[in-house]
Amino acid sequence: MNASSIPRGRKEMRLINTLLAATASGLLLAGAAQAKTLVYCSEGSPEGFDPAPWTSGTTFDAASRTVYDRLIEFQKGSTETEPGLAESWEVSEDGTEITFHLRPGVKFQTTAYFTPTRDMNADDVVFTFMRQFDKESPWYEYAPGIAWEYFNSTMASSLKEIVKVDDMTVKFVLNRPDATVLATFPMDFASIVSKEYADQLEAAGTREQFNVLPVGTGPFTFVDYQQDAVIRYQANPEWWNGKQAIDDLIFAITVDAGVRQQKLVAGECDIIPYPNPADIDGLKGNADLNVMQQEGFNIGYLAYNTLMPPFDKPEVRKALNKAINKHAIIEAVFQGVGTAAVAPLPPTSWAFNDSLTDDPYDPEAAKAELEAAGVTDLSMKIWAMPVQRPYNPNARRMAELLQADFAAVGVKVEIISMEWGEYLAQSSAKDRDGAVLLGWTGDNADPDNFLGVLLGCDAVGANNRAQWCHQPYEDLIQKAKTIFAQEERKPLYDEAQVIFKEQAPWATIAHSIATVPMRANVTGFAQDPVGIHRFVGVDKTE
Amino acid sequence: MLRFILNRLLLIVPTFIGITLVAFLFIRLLPGDPVILMAGERGVSPERHAELMAQFGFDQPLLKQYADYVVGLLHGDFGYSFSTKKPVLSEFMARFPATLELALCAIVLATVLGVAAGILSAIRRGSWIDQATMGVALVGYSMPIFWWALLLIIFFSTTLGWTPVSGRISLTQFFPSVTGFMLIDSLLAGKPAAFWSAVHHLILPTIVLATIPLAVIARQTRSAMLEVLGEVYIMTAKSKGLAQRRVIWLHALRNALIPVVTTIGLQVSVLMGGAILTETIFSWPGIGKWMIDSISRRDYQVVQGGLLLIAAVVMVVNLTVDLLYGLINPRVRHR
Repeated sequence: MNASSIPRGRKEMRLINTLLAATASGLLLAGAAQAKTLVYCSEGSPEGFDPAPWTSGTTFDAASRTVYDRLIEFQKGSTETEPGLAESWEVSEDGTEITFHLRPGVKFQTTAYFTPTRDMNADDVVFTFMRQFDKESPWYEYAPGIAWEYFNSTMASSLKEIVKVDDMTVKFVLNRPDATVLATFPMDFASIVSKEYADQLEAAGTREQFNVLPVGTGPFTFVDYQQDAVIRYQANPEWWNGKQAIDDLIFAITVDAGVRQQKLVAGECDIIPYPNPADIDGLKGNADLNVMQQEGFNIGYLAYNTLMPPFDKPEVRKALNKAINKHAIIEAVFQGVGTAAVAPLPPTSWAFNDSLTDDPYDPEAAKAELEAAGVTDLSMKIWAMPVQRPYNPNARRMAELLQADFAAVGVKVEIISMEWGEYLAQSSAKDRDGAVLLGWTGDNADPDNFLGVLLGCDAVGANNRAQWCHQPYEDLIQKAKTIFAQEERKPLYDEAQVIFKEQAPWATIAHSIATVPMRANVTGFAQDPVGIHRFVGVDKTE
Repeated sequence: MLRFILNRLLLIVPTFIGITLVAFLFIRLLPGDPVILMAGERGVSPERHAELMAQFGFDQPLLKQYADYVVGLLHGDFGYSFSTKKPVLSEFMARFPATLELALCAIVLATVLGVAAGILSAIRRGSWIDQATMGVALVGYSMPIFWWALLLIIFFSTTLGWTPVSGRISLTQFFPSVTGFMLIDSLLAGKPAAFWSAVHHLILPTIVLATIPLAVIARQTRSAMLEVLGEVYIMTAKSKGLAQRRVIWLHALRNALIPVVTTIGLQVSVLMGGAILTETIFSWPGIGKWMIDSISRRDYQVVQGGLLLIAAVVMVVNLTVDLLYGLINPRVRHR
């Protein structure tokens, strides 16, 4: 309104003031009445709502990242950590005790099925982990066939006991110094659950409900789940870190990627995960949308069997690596939505050695080096996964491209594939014939989750598909596991990656690029490197 | 008629036993170990593998597993899902109403339009109407469902904005589930807006799911009608001077309906088995995708229980079709 147009008479001023007041109250009322809803069109149904027994990212997004908190959290959009339900923690000098000091005044959610009578305390933390650790606990097998796979594969072997020091202090005692245990606390299986709620269900004889109707301390309170269709949450008004700007959070389960994209364009979704790579350019060109991209925390690789000749010779493996045209693979298999992998760690890891250079694509040199190594008329098998994964969206196509690359240097390739369970089992065998296409997505931010789990001597015959046990490398990663200070671990991992490149047990192929398209009016969303989708701090402008 | 019904009911017992055997063996004959599949790339140690196999009872001899399964069934226990740890029956019941609601809408649409198109083609045999109707039916029958569905979504939902892209009901509509049928529950909750939203959401998936049955029913009706229209008694009726409408509706259609009812019954059975593609594309939370996922996970008890429950529904449909034969054609019940 132009200042000169304002009437100066008293009566008129009163009228304008009244009108302005009425408009303002109207707007406030309208704002209060219209709750802000964020619709996330998720890619699948959660297996359950107790985060600890499950292993899929879909379940973690729907259960643990909405309803629950952990003692330590990943910083938003980063693999660095920050205090969660623990305000602080310390590690004993010998590295065998981790003591957590809990945040006071944290409330569990009040829902239609549970009203807490006390704040979160050490009993809840001890219960959270002991139900996964203590086989005698009535909660160890509270639903038929329930299993604690993440706890068992990450924390269990190093954990001796969990001690409640006082109401707000909990100590984890380890069998040996193990820095990787600290890295597991931001993981989903470590989401803190309510012992009081568990006791209530146990008394009522309805323990299975723990996996159906969740209660946590997290930013959103569970409201309802329509099987395979919709999950509803409301902002937790008592969240210790402040109520979220979004009032209602809805997960609209939309399995088909093409349909998710259509729903986003039509405005039925605010955010979608995992678009079809072929559709990404089209989405980027839509002014109503914003497309976020970040390197995925994963690696796709070709693992030679280093126990079988001629792949037991590093020079043969390195020569073959030079025959691979990774950029052609990224264009054809990842449709451009990937980056060439230099090392087994993704570049977003704090331990990534950025002084490494990639193997050059040089078929002539590859041919000459193979001849120098005494390898002629080589025939080999390449195993192509029968399933699609972010780190390898089309293994068959990748194998065909590798077949053509290797043929150019005189190596004949036979491509084989089989049912996924058989593939996983048979590719682990020490006497396996051929090189295997596989990959890995990081469970947590610890470099050992790649360098140890996939390439350590303990994993030979299992996750170490290269069957590679190289003592200088092993010594470095084992030493790094016992050190808690990141700045002291980093040089050890840097050196381990240099050895990896010299020995070349794998051809590191690519890291996928994770893409999250959203409506342009969505603010505050950040992509997490470890691939989780969470909605803390997300808002929508009008 | 009573004997006819009893005969049909008695046949159910051996059929059921056969299905339990087939379902039990089928999933176990597939290669792939459920525990290894569950662990995925993460792998599982041999000790943990053995522990989990024992926990799920997969380490028992096959005969013992089958006996446990049958004893469980006789006690109404369909087992637990290996992947979600929930009872198979409750998992099935949570999804079945969605499949049934969509299948019923699709079969009603396919029957009404298919029978009408078939009759029209038959009585206008050789005309452009006949050519066009059968041409469209052929296209409908041959069209890949996923492509057809995406085409409809892009045109009606994204471009015109007339229908929602997917889902069963608007996300703003929220009411307690009583029967699992959105059309009924929305009315029970006294929410007409929710009812119309459910109708709105049913339009595209119903059209897509009805496309193939519609084409099949139209072609079947046409050929059955043509056969009947060539019969002597139809010529007699015509020569007696009966009105064309009366000849078609009263004399020809009733006899032509017998193979058509068979076709409809078979189509219902197919739809009950889960319209996997339609359910996936329209994010329809039914049993089709649930079963497929369970097979790929080697979720033994879900596949066994799910197949048995689907088979039970198919048998009920077949029994109904058999009874309808009896009503349409008295010769069947007196045979």
